[in-house]
Amino acid sequence: MVSADDLRKRLNLVPDPEVPALSVLDLGIVRGLRMMPGGCEVDLSPTYTGCPATEVIERDVREALEELVGPGNVRIQTVLDPPWTSDWISEEGLRKLEAYGIAPPPKRSSDKRSLLGLSIPLNCPRCKSSQTERISAFGSTACKALHRCLDCQEPFEAFKCI
Amino acid sequence: MKWDTCDPSEQYLLHLGDDALILGHRLSEWCGHGPILEEDIALSNLALDLVGLARQYYQLAAKRIGSGTTEDRLAYWRGERDFKNHVLVEQPNGDFADTMARQFLFDAFHLLQLEAIEQCPDADLAAIARKALKETTYRAQHSSEWVVRMGDGTDESHSRISAALKRIWPYTDELFQPAEVDRIAAERGLGPDVQSLREPWLELIREVLAKAQLSLPDMPQKLLRGKSGIHSESLGFLLAEMQGLPRAYPDAQW
Repeated sequence: MVSADDLRKRLNLVPDPEVPALSVLDLGIVRGLRMMPGGCEVDLSPTYTGCPATEVIERDVREALEELVGPGNVRIQTVLDPPWTSDWISEEGLRKLEAYGIAPPPKRSSDKRSLLGLSIPLNCPRCKSSQTERISAFGSTACKALHRCLDCQEPFEAFKCI
Repeated sequence: MKWDTCDPSEQYLLHLGDDALILGHRLSEWCGHGPILEEDIALSNLALDLVGLARQYYQLAAKRIGSGTTEDRLAYWRGERDFKNHVLVEQPNGDFADTMARQFLFDAFHLLQLEAIEQCPDADLAAIARKALKETTYRAQHSSEWVVRMGDGTDESHSRISAALKRIWPYTDELFQPAEVDRIAAERGLGPDVQSLREPWLELIREVLAKAQLSLPDMPQKLLRGKSGIHSESLGFLLAEMQGLPRAYPDAQW
């Protein structure tokens, strides 16, 4: 008999296609997970609106859970509200991001309303220096921005704080 | 299908989706042409965000309109008169300053518009707005920073952004002139009374322009009716490019 806990364990092995260091659980996008008669039901929140990985994530989640409950027995619901925020990345997820070389987002998504908001300097994920600067607010994927460490001189990516 | 005959609430969704799609398409034209690599990437990211937002509005509209309507049908099979976007967002990219001026003036409006919509009683629409508000704030900060960087930069960058703001300014009055679609949305509590957004918008604009050493343009405004389907000649060319492939190969899958 498959339990919701088994589903959860399986999802912990499903990586984000663009940041494979994180599982979909670390990302905080799995909002609900239930066993139902004849299958299971998952609530997923999309991350960044323009992220092309959203559909890949859905497919990967479906395929992983079908291994446990059988083909055609996974129902996925998209939940927009409340909207996903980078604050929902788990503590473990934040650690994994930094170890992977991506500066994790500061937990401050809610305190930005000004058009001329000051950005908090991030710590370099390699040498941990706080002497860093932002090169670009956008990066190679919808979830990342580009920064540079002024001490070790290495460029690094940072998870966008939204 | 006569899109004008669908329910006014659905037409409001189309209006919101059209703004996002047309501006997103315009920004996508920058892909490979950005002034620097980072900005090329940024513009493509902005485009992706907006096209993603358009999809959410169209998916909701398609579900409610029914009769086999899909998001693709709404994007690719409506004609120029069926599009209810502001004339501002269809304006050609011009140079980088023109694009950023257009983006900045629209982003500031978009923020205020979404703040009103997220309070609306239509739970599905409010959810889209609440989500979009986060990314719109991020976009607005980006375009504001560029206006400041150019305005408070070199003589050349200052004169380029100053000229760009003057060029695009006459298209902003339409944002605050209620069309039929706005009036009904406001009546039903779905969207803001757009006239009430003018002052807060000016406040946002003034704050950034002051920091950018730029003055508020005082060009005469154009009388525009994009929200009623009357567009500038630019939209037709944009649609011809955007819709060409699915219309030539209606069964194409990608």
